[in-house]
Amino acid sequence: MADRERGGAFFVAGTSPEEIFTPEDFTDEHKMIAKTTLDFVEGEVLPVADQLEHQDWELTQRLLRKAGELGLLASDVPEAYEGLALDKVSSSLIGEAMSHAGSFALSHGAHVGIGSLPIIFFGTDEQKKKYLPDLASGAKFAAYALTEPGSGSDALGARTTAKLSADGKSYILNGQKQYITNSAFADVFIVYAKIDGEHFSAFIVERGYPGVSTGPEEKKMGIKASSTRPLILEDVHVPVENLLGEKGRGHVIAFNILNIGRYKLAVGAVGGSKVALQTAVKYAKTREQFKQPIANFPLIQGKIADMQTKLFVAETIAYRTTGAIDAALTEVDLTGEKGGQVAAKAIAEFAIECSINKVFGSEMLDFVVDEGVQIHGGAGFIQDYPIERMYRDSRINRIFEGTNEINRLLIPGTLLKMAMKGEVALLQAAGQVQSELLGMIEPADEQAPLGKEVHAVEMTRKLFLAVGGMAVQTYGQKIEREQEVLANLADIGIALYAMESVLLRAQKAAQSNKGDAALQSDMVQLFVAQTFPQVELLARDTVAVMQEGDDLKMSLAMVRKLTKYTPTNTVALKRRIAKRVLEAEQYLA
Amino acid sequence: MNILVCLKQTFDTEARIVLEDGRIKEDGVQFVINPYDEYAVEEAIALKERFDGVVTVISIGPARVDEAVRTALAMGADEAVIVDDPAAFGDEFTASTVLAATIKSRPYDLILAGNQAVDDGSGQVALRTAELLGIAHIGVVTKLSVEDGRVTAERDAEGDTEIVEAALPVMVTAQQGLNEPRYPSLIGIRKAAKKPVERLTLADLGLSAETVAPRAQIVETFLPPAKGSGRVLEGDTAARVAELVSELRQTSKVL
Ligand SMILES: Cc1cc2nc3c(=O)[nH]c(=O)nc-3n(C[C@H](O)[C@H](O)[C@H](O)COP(=O)(O)OP(=O)(O)OC[C@H]3O[C@@H](n4cnc5c(N)ncnc54)[C@H](O)[C@@H]3O)c2cc1C
Repeated sequence: MADRERGGAFFVAGTSPEEIFTPEDFTDEHKMIAKTTLDFVEGEVLPVADQLEHQDWELTQRLLRKAGELGLLASDVPEAYEGLALDKVSSSLIGEAMSHAGSFALSHGAHVGIGSLPIIFFGTDEQKKKYLPDLASGAKFAAYALTEPGSGSDALGARTTAKLSADGKSYILNGQKQYITNSAFADVFIVYAKIDGEHFSAFIVERGYPGVSTGPEEKKMGIKASSTRPLILEDVHVPVENLLGEKGRGHVIAFNILNIGRYKLAVGAVGGSKVALQTAVKYAKTREQFKQPIANFPLIQGKIADMQTKLFVAETIAYRTTGAIDAALTEVDLTGEKGGQVAAKAIAEFAIECSINKVFGSEMLDFVVDEGVQIHGGAGFIQDYPIERMYRDSRINRIFEGTNEINRLLIPGTLLKMAMKGEVALLQAAGQVQSELLGMIEPADEQAPLGKEVHAVEMTRKLFLAVGGMAVQTYGQKIEREQEVLANLADIGIALYAMESVLLRAQKAAQSNKGDAALQSDMVQLFVAQTFPQVELLARDTVAVMQEGDDLKMSLAMVRKLTKYTPTNTVALKRRIAKRVLEAEQYLA
Repeated sequence: MNILVCLKQTFDTEARIVLEDGRIKEDGVQFVINPYDEYAVEEAIALKERFDGVVTVISIGPARVDEAVRTALAMGADEAVIVDDPAAFGDEFTASTVLAATIKSRPYDLILAGNQAVDDGSGQVALRTAELLGIAHIGVVTKLSVEDGRVTAERDAEGDTEIVEAALPVMVTAQQGLNEPRYPSLIGIRKAAKKPVERLTLADLGLSAETVAPRAQIVETFLPPAKGSGRVLEGDTAARVAELVSELRQTSKVL
């Protein structure tokens, strides 16, 4: 690999196919790890899925301990604390394979992710020694308690308080947390509270401490195999050694953990969608209407092609980001007590990519399960069919780990901060685009393979820079108030990262003879044909918010110049893609 | 105790078989350890855990076989030998000749294998290998115990259980029910990457393409005909019986 990818750099410049990580780069070891996880899911979890759905928490814990014996809880834990310290691609593959198990995957994911990672990244040596070996083996389970009845998206608005005791040996915590995953059985909670009602901080709170209790199980729309309860803290004495990180620096922990939660959520969405697609395809091939399998009908095939293609995009960006994080982590020294914090900082470089993955992955999953239900017709609405559960289970993904609204706002917001700190040369790039726009724009080379798509990606980058630059000039510091403009910019940014990533993956597959280059090329063409016109619309709408009269006319002419694009025969593409999926009876790339 | 395991990589049992130009298409197919061989691997590792020793996996096949072999190593086998030579990929005669030649020069007390491969299902290779090595074999075993240089095995015998004893060295082939193969743990997977895998050609074994050339020839490969829809016979019992007999005679020609 040449140079490693930098976080946010795709906004200002393209990159070469060799520089991104793709699923075609999985090593044999990666594949074996995924296979072990899938075998575990198929052999141990799926046979008891019904019982899990009825909230048998003893069984959940038994299965988690079994996962622990296989090492499936230890991938992110350093070796010094009896973990395996695998790369992030390995932990993503575990997460993806686990999500074949329905919402049991969330019990696993919350434990190894938001539950254990705060200690892995920010714990002292003593804290790590005390907790990590048990968390890695499954002797103990973890949960993460940030949300409160009065503070969800506004996480820093927590009202839970911590007060140093008179003898200075403990913090006394009071308050209530809400919607806490794994709360039925977790032994360790990462709790956020404000010291003296002011300094937002994180604590390691054991279930056994007097004053810790949980409320009743919430009755949820979906993900019923995962426990969700309030956590109640009444005069809980937490030893001062259990303050996690520094006093008043809890937000650093909270936000870093969310970054990881976000790309892991996307990977889970990819796994869940693969199951939903397979379920829908098998159904379409067996259900007959008008004397033939409904899979024969072009409209059903169109759905299958769209599901497969969006899934391909989500998979591609999830592993591009994961691979980029791995590359960044190999550059830093992860040993020693500060190793965890160094790692968190390296991951934070990709905060934007993490948000993009969260939004795209969760919306892709919703699309796939929704079309999955549609392909099932009335059966899709009946609980005997697994697609019904998948539909309900999907919905939460757009809400937790930061709602998709919050994540959309974060994308341009974080980019501006990075630009201000000089981490992304945004202003230079925006300036350059402005001057380029005065001259001729080289048209697409429609003869070259994927020439139109290469052009569309480049033009999307220019549009983002041009419209984004205009927004910064128009609103300055007050841009935060213009949520609609920010969300439009986020959507252009998501489209850019998504289109560029699949294009690079298909190019890389064609060069390396790995993967199904022909199918990938079809999917890239379909996705760009569906996405690029949306980019144009977003750009036009956004410009019209900021300008009027002649200025607007000039800007719209600029948008037109950048969005010239000969439409593609998407029907032919969809039929070809669907044929492949129907043959394979599953997702393929 | 030195235990050898003969292992074949086969199509995943759920893989869809697609023919192209009269040959089975391999692209896009998931390959796995032949499920019966997986029992053999598990049994070998369990015995090693009891008696100490070395478990060596032996396989014949192209580069892709590596994945199956690594999986066995990740489960706990110690080392592996892969005969990767196109001339070694043939019929049951070829396979048993190559296996016997590979095994001959190695120390062993027990050889384990699956009772058949799920792809061609001949059930011959392990037994022919034992014959070539001049050792006894016990096939289709559902329970195995090893004590003081002897094995006692329970084997499937047409619905009954037969108990067979033999002295080591012996070849035993595994039947479903012998054990519950473990999943390779993540630690095991990591260790497997560092375990030795020896790659051999026919020349390394002192064999030539001619001496192992297959004795059987595949004349044609075809899929079973698609199952048509059934037909319900109508009329009174006598008429239906008459029609059934005539159908069985003329259409399906089983009478
Ligand atoms: C099943 C489940 C499991 C969960 N597990 C955990 C857990 O383990 N640990 C934990 O700490 N939390 C957990 N949560 C909580 C979850 O993270 C929050 O529900 C989520 O962050 C949203 O907060 P909220 O529910 O208070 O919604 P609100 O913040 O009230 O949001 C309501 C709506 O307003 C929008 N909104 C809010 N602020 C803005 C803004 N500034 N601009 C524009 N729109 C805005 C939101 O996007 C949303 O559409 C879980 C929730 C559920 C349902």
